[in-house]
Amino acid sequence: MKLLTEILEAVVLASSQIRPDIYLLSLEAPTISRDARPGQFVHIRCSHTYDPLLRRPLSIHDIGSKGELVLLFQAKGRGTAWLAGQQAGNRINVLGPVGQGFSIVANKKVAIVAGGLGVVPLLFLARKLLESDNEVNFFLGAQDCDKLLRLEALRRMEVNLFLATDDGSAGFKGTVTDLWKKHLRPGAFDWAYACGPQAEMAEFARLAERVALPAEVSLEERMACGIGLCRGCVTAVCDASGHKKYENVCSCGPVFNAAAVCWED
Amino acid sequence: MERVQAVKGHQGSLEVEIAGITLQNPVMPAAGTFGFGEELAPFIDLNRLGAIVVKTLTLHPTPGNPPPRISETYSGLLNSIGLQNPGVEKFVQVKLPYLRQLKPPLIVNIAGRTISEYAELASRLSGEAGIKALEVNISCPNVKEGGIIFGTVPEMAAQVTAAVKKQTSLPVIVKLTPNVTDITEVAKAVVDAGADALALINTLRGMAIDLETRRPALGNIIGGLSGPAIKPVALYAVWRVARAVKVPIIGMGGIMTAHDVIEFMLAGATAVAVGTASLVNPRALIEIIEGLEDYVAAQGIDDVRELIGAVQI
Ligand SMILES: Cc1cc2nc3c(=O)[nH]c(=O)nc-3n(C[C@H](O)[C@H](O)[C@H](O)COP(=O)(O)OP(=O)(O)OC[C@H]3O[C@@H](n4cnc5c(N)ncnc54)[C@H](O)[C@@H]3O)c2cc1C
Ligand SMILES: Cc1cc2nc3c(=O)[nH]c(=O)nc-3n(C[C@H](O)[C@H](O)[C@H](O)COP(=O)(O)O)c2cc1C
Repeated sequence: MKLLTEILEAVVLASSQIRPDIYLLSLEAPTISRDARPGQFVHIRCSHTYDPLLRRPLSIHDIGSKGELVLLFQAKGRGTAWLAGQQAGNRINVLGPVGQGFSIVANKKVAIVAGGLGVVPLLFLARKLLESDNEVNFFLGAQDCDKLLRLEALRRMEVNLFLATDDGSAGFKGTVTDLWKKHLRPGAFDWAYACGPQAEMAEFARLAERVALPAEVSLEERMACGIGLCRGCVTAVCDASGHKKYENVCSCGPVFNAAAVCWED
Repeated sequence: MERVQAVKGHQGSLEVEIAGITLQNPVMPAAGTFGFGEELAPFIDLNRLGAIVVKTLTLHPTPGNPPPRISETYSGLLNSIGLQNPGVEKFVQVKLPYLRQLKPPLIVNIAGRTISEYAELASRLSGEAGIKALEVNISCPNVKEGGIIFGTVPEMAAQVTAAVKKQTSLPVIVKLTPNVTDITEVAKAVVDAGADALALINTLRGMAIDLETRRPALGNIIGGLSGPAIKPVALYAVWRVARAVKVPIIGMGGIMTAHDVIEFMLAGATAVAVGTASLVNPRALIEIIEGLEDYVAAQGIDDVRELIGAVQI
């Protein structure tokens, strides 16, 4: 397949702080928006100097109605703090789109399981799955109702939305995987996708395997180049014969077949 | 625009020579930061590089270290990849056909767990068309067996060099570690054992600790530091080694710009390698080459070789 990844100076169109530590950023990056597939990410320089040095990987959250590239991120450390300070009109060095995205099935009943920030790549996924005539069941979970991200945007989409919070302040009381488990019967879904905390994705993978449900997850790992040069961001996967090997999250993932990931590592 | 005019005004030669191999310019990738070339091809024209240097090969496939393998430091990068590579056979079958049709000379980097593995790798690769030189990695800080052990004891370093030389008629470049008390001792030992050129420096040993987990940030506990943070250390090593031996030096460590390249050449490097910069900016190699073209044009330098070792003390 032809590689469509580009490096460009994207113009910030808008930036908004939607929670104390969560930002929604839209960029003008027409080539990335045009080629992006759900699950792929962009790799962003978060400085004009050599410090911080490395790019930061952020999933493609959405492509707006005018073709803008929309990112959703948590300001955690030095890189994302810099990004949070960028204002409309600024230019940001973006490499993308990178990585292997989710499988886009058609005419199926699908489950999407999003824990916390895991909603980031899954909103764009839901949009694409709706375009290809799937019944989309979206399970969204967070610690409490204030941390359920993009609720309004999801409510405007034609998805069946199910909510879970750890403290029960909205929807089901418990983890989003526990909520999904209550809906999971053989044949209930044809395909399932997840992104969220590692422990929840491991549980998601275990549950899916039990009912032989094809399932995909989006993984995170410390990353340098983002394009397969350095072998820095590996995760352990098992091939068909059960043989363990390390694969790059950046170029073989970040989306992996949930059954192939070695979760205990 | 400015750039085009500058180059038109004056075209100094960027050609240099390493161990009998002519390079169209002194800039090449550093092993392990370039994959096997194909990964960077969508971003840059590989044929414009001074040479091609690929990820260290071992005799058998090497799985590498457990993640996390990357930890960012101030202006630097700690890595503990652990020489993950498909092994020499798969390289020859799958990667070499692509690499040998590229124009720049191909340098293949090798590492063994024992001296005889180094020798076997050298002999296996010498028969393959398209390989112009071997770079012997005796300096990887991230593997338990072999690697850096061979690079820290001068006698061992000499033995590896001699064993490789015996198996090949290709020029042999030995890649040195800075993790020693006196790098010139190892440099002299390998040159006496027949090394045709030296490459330095490999990464500096280091570590980082995650406060949340109170565990080392790297799965391998320790890693190797690279990037702008190490440039002064690398430059000093090149300067010292250049005064201690007569063979050409490929200098590396923290090179981000053409100006960094000039500094390394003034310190005594004949050519340079760019590593971490490519991980941050996939176009770094070409931007650095263009920067060099601009520099020699602007300075009215006829031949870039004038710069080698020309630091005024
Ligand atoms: C494929 C992928 C997609 C991602 N998508 C998103 C997203 O859409 N929204 C979002 O908020 N976060 C996302 N993350 C996590 C995000 O990349 C990190 O939170 C971010 O890099 C932290 O950088 P910092 O400068 O704030 O933190 P620092 O602590 O200063 O970072 C130091 C180093 O650690 C790395 N790092 C720290 N935390 C993580 C992490 N969780 N995963 C990977 N590397 C990390 C940084 O990239 C940097 O190299 C994604 C991670 C990956 C691998
Ligand atoms: C991710 C990474 C992987 C590396 N892998 C190798 C390797 O396989 N063999 C080797 O000889 N050096 C390896 N190195 C060392 C580099 O080739 C180089 O010596 C060092 O990084 C200093 O240059 P830099 O600061 O420009 O990166 C690696 C460096 C990095 C950052």
